[in-house]
Amino acid sequence: MIPELGTGALLVALTLALYGAVAAAVGARRGKAALVESAQHAALGVFVLVTACILLLVYAFLTFDFSVRYVATNTNLGTPFYYRITAVWGALEGSIVLWSWMLGLYTLIVVLRHRTSARELYPWVLTVMLSVISFFLLVMTVAAPVFARLSPVPGDGRGLNPLLEDSGMITHPVALYLGFTGFTVPFAFAVAALVTGRIGDFWITTTRRWTILAWYFLSLGLLIGGWWSYHVLGWGGYWAWDPVENAAFMPWLTGTAFLHSVMIQERRRMLRLWNLALVILTFSLTLFGTFLTRSGVIASVHAFTQGAIGVFFLSFLALVVLTALALIAWRWDDLGAQGALDSIVSRESAFLLNNVLLVAAAFTVFFGTVFPLLSEAARGVKVSVGAPFFNQVNVPLFLSLIFLMGVGPLIAWRRASLDNLKRNFVWPVAAGAVAALILRVVGVRPVLAVTALALTVFVAATIAVDLLRATRARRAMGERALAALGGLLLRHNRRYGGFVVHLAVLVVAVGVTGSQAWSVHTETTLQRGEQTELGGYRVRFDGLRESQESNHGKVTGTFTIVGGRGAGEVLEPAKKFYPQEQSPIAYVDYRLGFVDDVYLVLGDFARDGSSATVKFQVNRMVSWIWIGGLILTLGTVLAVLPERRKAA
Amino acid sequence: MRRGWRWLLPLTAVPVLALLAYGFRVDPREIPSPLVGRPAAAFALTSFDGATVDLAALRGKVVVLNFWASWCRPACYEEAPTLERGWRAYRDRGVVVLGVDIQDHDEAARTFIRDFSLSFANAPDRGGKVSVDYGVYGVPETFFIDREGRIRAKHVGVVTDEIFRATVEPLLR
Repeated sequence: MIPELGTGALLVALTLALYGAVAAAVGARRGKAALVESAQHAALGVFVLVTACILLLVYAFLTFDFSVRYVATNTNLGTPFYYRITAVWGALEGSIVLWSWMLGLYTLIVVLRHRTSARELYPWVLTVMLSVISFFLLVMTVAAPVFARLSPVPGDGRGLNPLLEDSGMITHPVALYLGFTGFTVPFAFAVAALVTGRIGDFWITTTRRWTILAWYFLSLGLLIGGWWSYHVLGWGGYWAWDPVENAAFMPWLTGTAFLHSVMIQERRRMLRLWNLALVILTFSLTLFGTFLTRSGVIASVHAFTQGAIGVFFLSFLALVVLTALALIAWRWDDLGAQGALDSIVSRESAFLLNNVLLVAAAFTVFFGTVFPLLSEAARGVKVSVGAPFFNQVNVPLFLSLIFLMGVGPLIAWRRASLDNLKRNFVWPVAAGAVAALILRVVGVRPVLAVTALALTVFVAATIAVDLLRATRARRAMGERALAALGGLLLRHNRRYGGFVVHLAVLVVAVGVTGSQAWSVHTETTLQRGEQTELGGYRVRFDGLRESQESNHGKVTGTFTIVGGRGAGEVLEPAKKFYPQEQSPIAYVDYRLGFVDDVYLVLGDFARDGSSATVKFQVNRMVSWIWIGGLILTLGTVLAVLPERRKAA
Repeated sequence: MRRGWRWLLPLTAVPVLALLAYGFRVDPREIPSPLVGRPAAAFALTSFDGATVDLAALRGKVVVLNFWASWCRPACYEEAPTLERGWRAYRDRGVVVLGVDIQDHDEAARTFIRDFSLSFANAPDRGGKVSVDYGVYGVPETFFIDREGRIRAKHVGVVTDEIFRATVEPLLR
């Protein structure tokens, strides 16, 4: 029953989306408001139908309807309730349903928000959004049919990929997809601007919040992905330059560039062509990311399955890129710059440099990701590009970006005077230098770590200088210190939201630096009662215990921290044995700390529990990365709040 | 940029798209083995029939060494008939097919051999020493060893009739 209902709903949704896309375009060209209005209704219909599909799928999972192949391959009778819901988007087909649903939701919000405010662009925005949805619905009906029937109906399913049985799997894909799909809106506005010829600044100011939100969700998705990798995969890291991670990181880089370059256009009427190109690039990279993860073209630890779907995504990617570039070529004459760069020492050039660096980083990541393919095509040799390449190229780029993060917000527009530079940067530079000196004296060796931390201090100091100065100005007008600070944040929420986000990036940078520079690890076999020491922590092995969970068997090791911080705490890393998997899945246990994480992974063990091998890591400052995510959220909320400045 | 030239702009994307399209033609799981070209590691196992299987004794013959397991569904089930066909077709031309069963239960393995009426020699790799020597990632994997005892090719995944023929023929020349 469910397969038929679901497939039917999908087909109707596809028809509606295609109709809406065409109707909005025809309505816009012929000036027929009624047609555009009918496209709006179509958009609403699409959203309702895709929502129904998701609910049907949830229902099928909750009732173990193994007549749906997708349910049978991603769940079994033992799968806990909670993961039966996340299993809805746990694999290829379902993830596309979730994706379409989010696109539908965004389209609906666009209808509600911009129906009247962006009259001329709006119908074309609708056309683009509905076209993108049509593509995903087409994939869902043809290439990856989520409601495909399984016959005969099996008595039990295969079960979910055990690595996905984790709470991170609720939030990670949701945030990531919200980010990916979110960039469709600025892209749609950019295309609408090109089609209508209204390539002024309107599309940019209109989509500012959309871009910030998409960027935020993408950032959050990346961070939660890192958290998942850190606490599930059991290698003690959060980022591996895996193709799938890169796939999400590339649009993040270009999206970050876009977020900054639009400010120059808003302020100085420059970079029109560049901004259009960036948003097209960002959207294309989100498609490229989905293509990479779902086509099987590039091997990866967590790629989805492969099949005909790759051809679909590549064709659509080609269509998008070629159409967008053709539109740019068409409007080429209108895209000339209006403003000009007055001086190299100015905010414009700092932003420009930031853009160049971010796009360069995106390019190197792209290059490294597709290089194996390139090498095979050109020379028939299979190679793999690993973390060393990415680190070597990107670390200097990122350090320069951090430096610019301090310079950009404070340096003057147009041309910075020596006075402006002195006023803003003397103290921060001094703070950075002192920090570097202290770090050296304390005995911090790695040059990269010292540089990174000193730069971080420099940027933090620029933020502090700015805040102090502004607060002082308000206090001079008779406000109290805290009230002045609060008023400042709320009244200039856009500027200070940006500062808070920068602060978040700094905190993440400290976490990355610390964990790269000072984490230590060892692997050792312990007899019961034996202790081992690492990085100031002593851990004792107390034995093994076997248990049977609803869908897997489990062998748990008991380790006690003895002496030092966290003394007396018990860590219980385990190995989980799922019948559908050929090798056991590690279950990591850890003690998170502000400075140190104690992190244990159980290796081989003697069946009688007399000895066990354990991977023992002390990871430094990793928690800062997650804390950075929280600060990022605060900053984003502040940045997208309605601006109060004009009212004041 | 002159008016006409700008229409070349979309063409700039074509090489990248072409490269990605090329990606469909290659299999990322095909990992080159450093063992290709090297002498095959010696081993002597006892087959399920109790006979001794010694690689050294097969010098002068082309050996198709297949790693499998009864729990390897569906790949090993798909290729078992191919291996049997290949063995029957080529045995008279000096080709030996050899199965090494890894991480398995004897009973399940025997059922597998009986179900597919495998007539070539199959031996359990107790302790997994042989599969470690050959750097086996997963099953099935198949090594093609020439008359001089060198590994000449490695295939990951299901061996088809076409692959069997195309890999074995050159080794017979």
